[in-house]
Amino acid sequence: MSSTAVSTPSGLRVPGWLAPAGVAVLFAAAYLVFRGTGTLPHDSEAPQFAAVTELREWIDDHRNDNPVFLYFLNYVRLFVGGVYGLFHGALTALGWPGLIGVMGALAWLAGGWRIALPAVAGFCSFGVLGLWESSVETLALVAAAVLLSLAIGVPLGIWAGLSRRAHRAVTPVLDVMQIMPTFAYLAPLALFFHIGAPAGTIATMIYAIPPAIRITALAVQQVSPTAVEASASLGATRAQTLVKVHLPLARSTMALAVNQTIMMALSMVVIANLINAPGLGSDIILGLSRAQVGIMLPAGVAIVVMAMVLDRMTVSVARRGPHSRIGRAGLAGAGALAAAGVTLGLVLPHEWPEALTVDLVAEINDAVLWAETSWYGVTTFIKDTTSYLLLNPLESLFTTAPWWLVAAAVLLAAWRVSGVRPALTALGCLLAIALLGTWEHAMRTMTTVAVAVSVTLVIGLLLGVAAARSARWSAVQRPVLDAAQTMPAFVYLLPALALFGTTRFTAIFASIVYAVPPVVRLVEEGIRNVPGTVVEAAASAGSTPGQLLWKVQLPMARRAILLAANQGIVMTLAMVVVGGLVGAGALGYDVVLGFSQRTDFGMGFIAGVATVLLGVMLDRITQGADRRPSPHQRKVT
Amino acid sequence: MRVSPDSAAIGVEGLWKIFGPKAAKVLACDDRFLEPAALREKTGCTAAVRDVSFDVRPGEVFVVMGLSGSGKSTLVRCLTRLVEPTAGRVVIGGEDVGAATPARLRELRRHHVSMVFQHFGLLPHRRVIDNVAYGLEVQGRPRAERHARAAEILSLVGLDGHADAFPDQLSGGMQQRVGLARALAVDPQVMLFDEPFSALDPLIRRDMQAEVIRLHREVGKTMVFITHDLSEALKLGERIAIMRAGSIVQLGTPEELVGAPADDYVADFVRDVPRSHVLSLRWISRPPEPGEPLDGPELPASTVIKDAIAAASESSRPIRVVDGDELVGVVDRVDLLTFLSGQDTGDTVTAA
Repeated sequence: MSSTAVSTPSGLRVPGWLAPAGVAVLFAAAYLVFRGTGTLPHDSEAPQFAAVTELREWIDDHRNDNPVFLYFLNYVRLFVGGVYGLFHGALTALGWPGLIGVMGALAWLAGGWRIALPAVAGFCSFGVLGLWESSVETLALVAAAVLLSLAIGVPLGIWAGLSRRAHRAVTPVLDVMQIMPTFAYLAPLALFFHIGAPAGTIATMIYAIPPAIRITALAVQQVSPTAVEASASLGATRAQTLVKVHLPLARSTMALAVNQTIMMALSMVVIANLINAPGLGSDIILGLSRAQVGIMLPAGVAIVVMAMVLDRMTVSVARRGPHSRIGRAGLAGAGALAAAGVTLGLVLPHEWPEALTVDLVAEINDAVLWAETSWYGVTTFIKDTTSYLLLNPLESLFTTAPWWLVAAAVLLAAWRVSGVRPALTALGCLLAIALLGTWEHAMRTMTTVAVAVSVTLVIGLLLGVAAARSARWSAVQRPVLDAAQTMPAFVYLLPALALFGTTRFTAIFASIVYAVPPVVRLVEEGIRNVPGTVVEAAASAGSTPGQLLWKVQLPMARRAILLAANQGIVMTLAMVVVGGLVGAGALGYDVVLGFSQRTDFGMGFIAGVATVLLGVMLDRITQGADRRPSPHQRKVT
Repeated sequence: MRVSPDSAAIGVEGLWKIFGPKAAKVLACDDRFLEPAALREKTGCTAAVRDVSFDVRPGEVFVVMGLSGSGKSTLVRCLTRLVEPTAGRVVIGGEDVGAATPARLRELRRHHVSMVFQHFGLLPHRRVIDNVAYGLEVQGRPRAERHARAAEILSLVGLDGHADAFPDQLSGGMQQRVGLARALAVDPQVMLFDEPFSALDPLIRRDMQAEVIRLHREVGKTMVFITHDLSEALKLGERIAIMRAGSIVQLGTPEELVGAPADDYVADFVRDVPRSHVLSLRWISRPPEPGEPLDGPELPASTVIKDAIAAASESSRPIRVVDGDELVGVVDRVDLLTFLSGQDTGDTVTAA
């Protein structure tokens, strides 16, 4: 990766590759000598785990007499539960015709009949798939979580957008929240808020708030400074400028904040089912745990449809011009649709009619069985080759190396790429993982992540470069990437599960599919952002397209590419952990086990913490990339 | 030259603006006299405005001219504290701006001083009329009143019929007319222009300059006009202050700048100006030689030289240059030709 971008300045006597190579040889030698010593094997009875399990027992016993719970946490739970109940009640009261009508009307207002039609069709499909009730529950959960997230996130975002100090205070918190693998929140939330809809809503909120804050802050910051100054120059008060200038001008970007919040919430509600949040997640989790694609596919389709409908609605609001108004025809159409739906809702029964549902479980399972058997040769070949050539050797390398050697390697790598402070943070995380008793599983998870990330980066670079160089390829690829990014994360487990069954490889496959789109996008953007004049100058000097790529575009896109690597790692880790549901083993599996087995709660909890630490560590190793200038600039300053 | 502060529309005295974390400390010691680059190197601060003083007379068009980075935009923002000055005194309409409370400052901005911006700063989500009425809106005037006033101003700036358009439907020149109208709508005594026409293409720019001259004649506001374009400065300014690295290097009428540049910097600036378009007959008139006929055409001393050419070509006799009734001197055809032939290089006089 870095070899494309980092060229060592000439003039030194010793060739630049000698030092890293020497260090590598040193590490290899140390590994051969000390192999098998200083390993920290996994012990599921470790005292750390038992302590947390006991803590949970204690909390469960004292949930109703400890003041912290009695006067604070329980009220939060009640309030959030109340909001969810309100939405659920309202949506159920509408009945299916009412809800479809109202959603269609909202879509019409958002973007005209072109949006309304798919919205109506999409919501009908929930009923057809036989998932009406769980879909309504999911929608209510998403609505509650999004509403509360926005209620917290938008004011904070505005504050961060207006005040530089607030921005600086909020950013590190958001950074950590965003690299936390989704799984990791769940156990602590279960501890404090028990299980069920309120805890699920809060988990979803934690996941959905960061983009709400970040994008709102960005929206406010992007407001034309001249407009703000003009307003001040006419004697507007700060409140007047906020209401009359900042907010209206930030509106379309803020619609994107809503969009992102909804998308994040949708991908979290499913995972929140692990702590008994209601909704479509239960079918998906059930299907995943039984490896039955037939159970989870309809629910997965429903979630994807919901995501697409809500995405199109909010995006079309965001795309509206600064001064477009909804026409009279639009109002009439939307009104008619809503009225028709609500009236029908009063007349027709609340349940979706049985006759209109299609049950596909058996058919899908058959199809998957057919795919598994007829492609067995191919999939097994891919799986086995990767396992024996890459996964197993790497895993044994990580797990048999002494812990101090791994720690030294991490420290050195992070130092080289990101600088001293990130390196120390990374080291701290690694040591904490060791102390928590999750070393071996963390190393195994890291193996999976390493393999998935390498493949992701190779694919991402190839596709990104292709897209940057060919407008036609980019045009073909773009809608696919767009669609991929609106899909909730675990949906990618579905095809992986169908192809590879419950193995480690399934998680790797899913995380590659999950992480490739943003990597491609970042790489393409990075290469496209290379100034046209530079490219022109290089071309006029007679560079071949290949020279142009290697000598100009890739080096200049270095920061974007390293940022892509960072993103890829964080996303892959999140997915690999979710892969615990489908046989990925290690930390992810511990987390899942912690939810299902009361006695293993402690291990699950600590495994969740360990994934966070692992995430922070991997992020710190690579994050310096996008903040630090290129090595050449560093020399100058 | 200096007007007493009481009668001035704007009085600026010893104004400093230093950006950076240690601004007050820099100002307190001798570091403030360092060259900008040295100052940044030593303290990390940037001195954008350095000890600037001037007065603007009521009804005057006062131009501040300088290249980018010379501190002129910061200077104009310091006048109404859109940028808080580090030190110095600004008096507008007899009121000390630096001492004003936030509420008082808002009053000042609402009623006395308004500003036109380089990048217009219009609100894209509001119709033209609501953009123009914005200043009245923040004052809390009722809708009907502010719309009536805005419509009046729109026709003054030649935007009749565009009241219901949105800014992005207008051309750049028209957008800046909206910006101008917005500033005029609150009926200020002082208008500040921060490079208002730099973003416009040359033809539109000329129209807009003519517009400002016309408005100045019609509404008679005091105007402070920031520009980096010398020809614009010469065209509009009754007096011009030339800024360099935060300080005013010369302040005077266009004639004084072109005819008697204070230093090489200013001289370099005005070198390409066609002097015959700026200087008046006073600069080249000479005492009549004995026996020279004194019955030629008579022109006032303030006549711009190029406008004297027609008179000179009609009569072979020397032009009598007068100031009121008093004879200042004479200018004959040879004087004119000598001057005209020498003007391109400024100082070399070729054999005529």
